[in-house]
Amino acid sequence: MRRYAVATARALPLGLLALTDVVLTVVVVLMIVLSFALGLIFLFPPGARMLRRRTALARRLSDRWLGREIGPSYLPPPPPVRRQPDGWYRHDRQLYKTPRVPEWNNRWKWMFGDPATWRDLLWVTLNPLLGAALLLPVIAIGYAVSTARQGQPVALLLGLMAVAATAATPWLLRFYGWWNEMLLGPTAKSLLASRIHSLNQAHLETADSQAAELRRIERDLHDGAQARLVAIGMTLGAVEALVETDPTAAKALLGKAREASSTALTELRGLVRGIHPPVLSERGLGDAVRALALDSPLEVKVTVDLKTRPEPPVESAAYFSISELLTNAVRHGGADRVWIDISNQGKTLRVTVTDDGSGGADPARGSGLRGIERRLAAFDGVLAISSPPGGPTIVTVDLPHALAWEDDSDKTAQMPKWKWAIVGFGYGLGWLPLFPQGIVTAIMKIIEHENKSWFYILYLPEPVQWPLIIFNIALGIVMYGAAVLIPIQHSRERWMAEATPRRLWLHR
Amino acid sequence: MSARAVIAEDLYLLREGLVHLLQAHGFEVVAAVESGPELLKALTTERPDVAVVDVRLPPTFTDEGLQAALAARRAIPGLPVLVLSQHVEQLYARELLADGSGAIGYLLKDRVFNAEQFVDAVRRVAAGGTAMDPEVIAKLLASTARHEPLGELTPREREVLELMAEGRSNTAISQRLFLSESAVGKHTAGIFTKLGLAPSDDDNRRVLAVLTYLNAARS
Repeated sequence: MRRYAVATARALPLGLLALTDVVLTVVVVLMIVLSFALGLIFLFPPGARMLRRRTALARRLSDRWLGREIGPSYLPPPPPVRRQPDGWYRHDRQLYKTPRVPEWNNRWKWMFGDPATWRDLLWVTLNPLLGAALLLPVIAIGYAVSTARQGQPVALLLGLMAVAATAATPWLLRFYGWWNEMLLGPTAKSLLASRIHSLNQAHLETADSQAAELRRIERDLHDGAQARLVAIGMTLGAVEALVETDPTAAKALLGKAREASSTALTELRGLVRGIHPPVLSERGLGDAVRALALDSPLEVKVTVDLKTRPEPPVESAAYFSISELLTNAVRHGGADRVWIDISNQGKTLRVTVTDDGSGGADPARGSGLRGIERRLAAFDGVLAISSPPGGPTIVTVDLPHALAWEDDSDKTAQMPKWKWAIVGFGYGLGWLPLFPQGIVTAIMKIIEHENKSWFYILYLPEPVQWPLIIFNIALGIVMYGAAVLIPIQHSRERWMAEATPRRLWLHR
Repeated sequence: MSARAVIAEDLYLLREGLVHLLQAHGFEVVAAVESGPELLKALTTERPDVAVVDVRLPPTFTDEGLQAALAARRAIPGLPVLVLSQHVEQLYARELLADGSGAIGYLLKDRVFNAEQFVDAVRRVAAGGTAMDPEVIAKLLASTARHEPLGELTPREREVLELMAEGRSNTAISQRLFLSESAVGKHTAGIFTKLGLAPSDDDNRRVLAVLTYLNAARS
């Protein structure tokens, strides 16, 4: 009962909202027509923006009321126009003094060229029709009630119709959600485009941070170990000159050289630790994090549940993220205890760092967290923070595909039973229609052999014989074909699913 | 009879240097090897009086040396091993000390520069004592500084504890800190009382007691 009431209550505002789309459609179509017919091109982007605002609302409502999460379907926005070295901004073959015009050009081309804009328009145009359908139950109820008031006998019939319409409402809503997803959901193309966009972004950031890292190492080596080695060399030169004339002074200098070499080693150790901690390459992520925990002034509890070692670059990214998070907990969180949990969720390497500090960590402010995100971006990693004021702070780092070849329990890896059944059936029985009852029968018929033996078609009336023979041959070919093609198709799907984001293959 | 030593180090120059250094100080080097499996074999067949082992050895260049040393000590409990490394980790120190039978050293490779101190450490380990790198101790103390009751120690007592944890005797500590031996004795007694440990003269037991305490404080 409750279910129908909720469905009807949701259908009413959705339907009314959809009816107002008539106005929006008229306005937007008018704007588009004007922008092309009269060259008032500046009207196009506002029109497209209005559409996008409306469909954004529709997506939100779909998520909340229809239980269908619909992601945005637009292509990634154009990158900002870059200033050239000569101070001009370029668009195609024209130069501009300010970035305004090229940027505006890019924007409208982006909106115009995006198929999602036109699908938005189609959705808005057709939405009032579906909205009216959503209002049917309410209208039926209202009509039935009003006729009953007037005492007309038709009220009974109308009442039955209202009941039927109300009963259908949940299905109506489900259809509406499906319809929304069809037109407003992301297509494989837009998913791929935004995926490539984010990959490019990650690629650039990785290259950037790598270059910065190398510069830092170069500087540290140049100012540190290298300089000290020069000093040692000079000291040894002086020792060489002094060793016969003034052995005491030479001995003192040698002591100095030894000290300098010791300092150089200490510096190199620090540097190496910053590049790739030795314990990480020696023992792997688990023990490296345990070593980190031992060196921390906080009470750190580490639990590691990994069946295999991730690839070294992933390990390194995870290690430095944890290190940074631990430093944050000491520096800002005011924490006493920290729990670090490393585990695998299927192919995903998941790290959870929890502390009992004061909370309030904000990735927008902390450059440390931003640095972690950048480090993780190279591996498609995601950083999630829950840090309410007063704590506790829980940071989760997910590195998908970090344990790429580990998980055999994946459902796509194994063919489902029914596919195996078809393959077995095809190979096992495909010969029967193809050879004895197909090709051999055909030969028998062509040479007009007397003995009908067990070729059943020859017992049947003459006119159906040839069609049946052809049908049998075709059936055999189809059975064999299915048996061969189904495993091939399956492994290709699996391979594609592994190589591309999973959601794409749901939207194909 | 001179003490028999086994050396494991993959860098040729350093290996030869260690061999010469130990020979010059009266050790008999029975084997100088360069990989983990060789080391394990040398340790179990030769049963040396002391082994000087580099953590990172071929073939995997991970912690082969450490693993071989730990495996050998499982087979021959109390086999004296001095582990050398380019870096020190509390984790490894704990693993080495975990069996509680002593005769363990864990030093940075830099310590070889100071021949006297290094040979002293080798002798201490050979005699069943311990030699922990000051850096390990510093890390231990830094990471446990916030925990009670270590915080109750006076600065002087902390200094004494650090040297004690390195494996030094009261005499050595008194020389290092320019104190009388009785004053050091008083400090150690103070430390033991504050940490709730029974006092003992045995160097090895002292270090183990300290490290066990530090271990316990964390878990």
